Amino acid sequence: MGLIRRSSRREPIAEKERGKGPVIALAGNPNVGKSTVFNALTGLRQHTGNWTGKTVELACGRFSLGEKELTLVDLPGCYSLSPASGEEAVARDFLLREKPDAVIAVVSAACPERSLALALEVLSLGLPTVVLLNLADEAERAGKRVDAKLLSRRLGVPAVLCSARNGSGLAELRAALEEVLSGGGGDRESEFFTGDYYKHRGEGGMLEKSERCLRECSRLLCGAASEAPHKGKSLTERIDRIVTGRFTALPLMFLLLLGVFYLTLVGANYPSRLLSGAFGSLEELLYRFLTHLGAAPFVRDALVLGIFRTVSFVVSVMLPPMAIFFPLFSLLEDLGFLPRAAFCLDRCFARCGSCGKQALTMCMGFGCNAAGVVGCRIMSGEREKRIAMLTNSFVPCNGRFPLIMTLTGLFFVPGGNSPLAAAAVLAALVVISVLMSLAATKLLSETVFRGKSGSFLMELPPYRPPKVLRVLITGAVDRTARILLRAVLVAAPAGLVLFILANIQTSGGPLLSSVCGSLNPLARFFGLDGPILTAFILALPANELVLPILLMAYTSGGALAEAGGAELFSVLTANGWTALTALSVMLFSLFHWPCSTTLLTIRKEAGGVRWMLLAAALPTAFGLLILALINIAARLLL
Amino acid sequence: MDSDFAETMHRADTLDALPVGSAAYISAAEAKGELALRLTELGYFPGERVEKVLESPLGDPCAYRVRGTVIALRKADAARIKVRPEAEKWD
Repeated sequence: MGLIRRSSRREPIAEKERGKGPVIALAGNPNVGKSTVFNALTGLRQHTGNWTGKTVELACGRFSLGEKELTLVDLPGCYSLSPASGEEAVARDFLLREKPDAVIAVVSAACPERSLALALEVLSLGLPTVVLLNLADEAERAGKRVDAKLLSRRLGVPAVLCSARNGSGLAELRAALEEVLSGGGGDRESEFFTGDYYKHRGEGGMLEKSERCLRECSRLLCGAASEAPHKGKSLTERIDRIVTGRFTALPLMFLLLLGVFYLTLVGANYPSRLLSGAFGSLEELLYRFLTHLGAAPFVRDALVLGIFRTVSFVVSVMLPPMAIFFPLFSLLEDLGFLPRAAFCLDRCFARCGSCGKQALTMCMGFGCNAAGVVGCRIMSGEREKRIAMLTNSFVPCNGRFPLIMTLTGLFFVPGGNSPLAAAAVLAALVVISVLMSLAATKLLSETVFRGKSGSFLMELPPYRPPKVLRVLITGAVDRTARILLRAVLVAAPAGLVLFILANIQTSGGPLLSSVCGSLNPLARFFGLDGPILTAFILALPANELVLPILLMAYTSGGALAEAGGAELFSVLTANGWTALTALSVMLFSLFHWPCSTTLLTIRKEAGGVRWMLLAAALPTAFGLLILALINIAARLLL
Repeated sequence: MDSDFAETMHRADTLDALPVGSAAYISAAEAKGELALRLTELGYFPGERVEKVLESPLGDPCAYRVRGTVIALRKADAARIKVRPEAEKWD
């Protein structure tokens, strides 16, 4: 991900990049494969997904064309350039104000009767344009034909048929780009907009324009595109009958979740042990090497027991499960499953005063809550956007899954060797987190954000067979890079700070211990203990740190041979952990303040410190309430 | 006219009352504000053929196809779109 520069809306990209060569913009409807074209041209790995609104920001990449170096800008998908709302405004502002040197107007060859309209609007701006008829493979499968040559003659600009997924037609696209950049491209026949497009600002005017534009599409396509033959129900329709079926939809969703967790747990088990073993031997070597060099004991311990141990713990516990979970999840995403989940769950969200798109932002939250918060831009309406942001951290992110997975394995699966049982516990916890997120949504829409849910309009794109191997491999590589980067940036300094805290002596023992001790009475009431609460507080920069901090507090910075397995279990039980403690920690991990990155993102996206504070207070209140209830109940019953 | 009959006719006249798997032609779109614009951009204006493709497991929303694109719409919003039944049922 590091190769792609993301830009906030106001930064003038074209200005900055102009010195480096021509700027090309990719414009088009959502779900026509703009990001795939972007990746095919630049060789970068912009994250793609089969749902509307996947790209909410401008992404920039570079590619060469003959002698020239070009900058390619991927605009958010939009249905028109009307100045009405969010993504449209981003795309329109970019095209109008920054005037790229050329535009690739991406049109779906499988559905040109709708997606050509945006290309017409782009043409009306008068910028050099290539019309790219993407998804040719999908069109072919649907039995649909588009005559690119005839369309090109009618439009007066180059039109290229391509399938960016398979790489076909890209050479023609490059040739067409060179042609328009060198001033070619012919005359425009279809200039029915005659430049006064943006003079009609009123709602009626805009409606009329959209309608005229689509009717013009039909006219242009007449004879140039064949209708798909009606050969019964398409595959997508048949799959959808099951995926959104009255009795099959919710069980299927749960089974998919279960399946993903099962594969993750089975797959992560061995590499996790391998990594932690390797890190263990490496630590010993490093320790002896530093001793041999004659490093001062405090420096040596800080480096090895503080920094190295925290980093290796984070890597060995986090890396394997997350490098499996997210590629699997991306597979569902690329397939087009997420919009169906939103479709099925919309009614639940509507009852709670929001809409089904919140299910999409929640799914992004599984990866990273900060990304989920940014993704809330797809929500229509300020009210629903803020609700979605504030409730996003109710679903467990990347940083929290491994803690929950580890504790599930240690405390809730008899013998510790039944991945299916562990997967069921995890899936149940995710269902609980979604239900709590709904409860919080309801609470917010009854109090802070009074009002009813507005309208809901979301595209259900056709299922697309993902490039399985590519998704899995690039997903795993991306995830690995991300976790390693985080381990270095966050875990290493945190490890040092922790080691120092654990070794500064105060009158009541090490500083870390005395902090833990003073939090103990409060934490006990909620079924936790001082070190647990301290670990959660100190892990504010990154949830990944909870377990390493906890272990350092329990062992007072002393030795802990291995991260995971029986040794971890014995340390925890020696410190008074029961299954109830583990359950409390798992629930508190689900429902407590989001990490600092997420909080800062909320402040920026929602526009105010008060939203950030509310976003921290809301899940914490839920978590403490749940823990208090569970522990009071346990005390009464046991 | 029988009041029950009138009621049925009235309901069958809006998009939300269309049975799953059948198609009709849009005769008038009366949505307001941003939704009206979005719907128009997707082809929801008089004369276009619309097909109800799916109903979500909880009954609302439903999915409709116009111009090859399937979108989800809530019943309350779909009720603002008037339709004229197609002569024969599509299958």
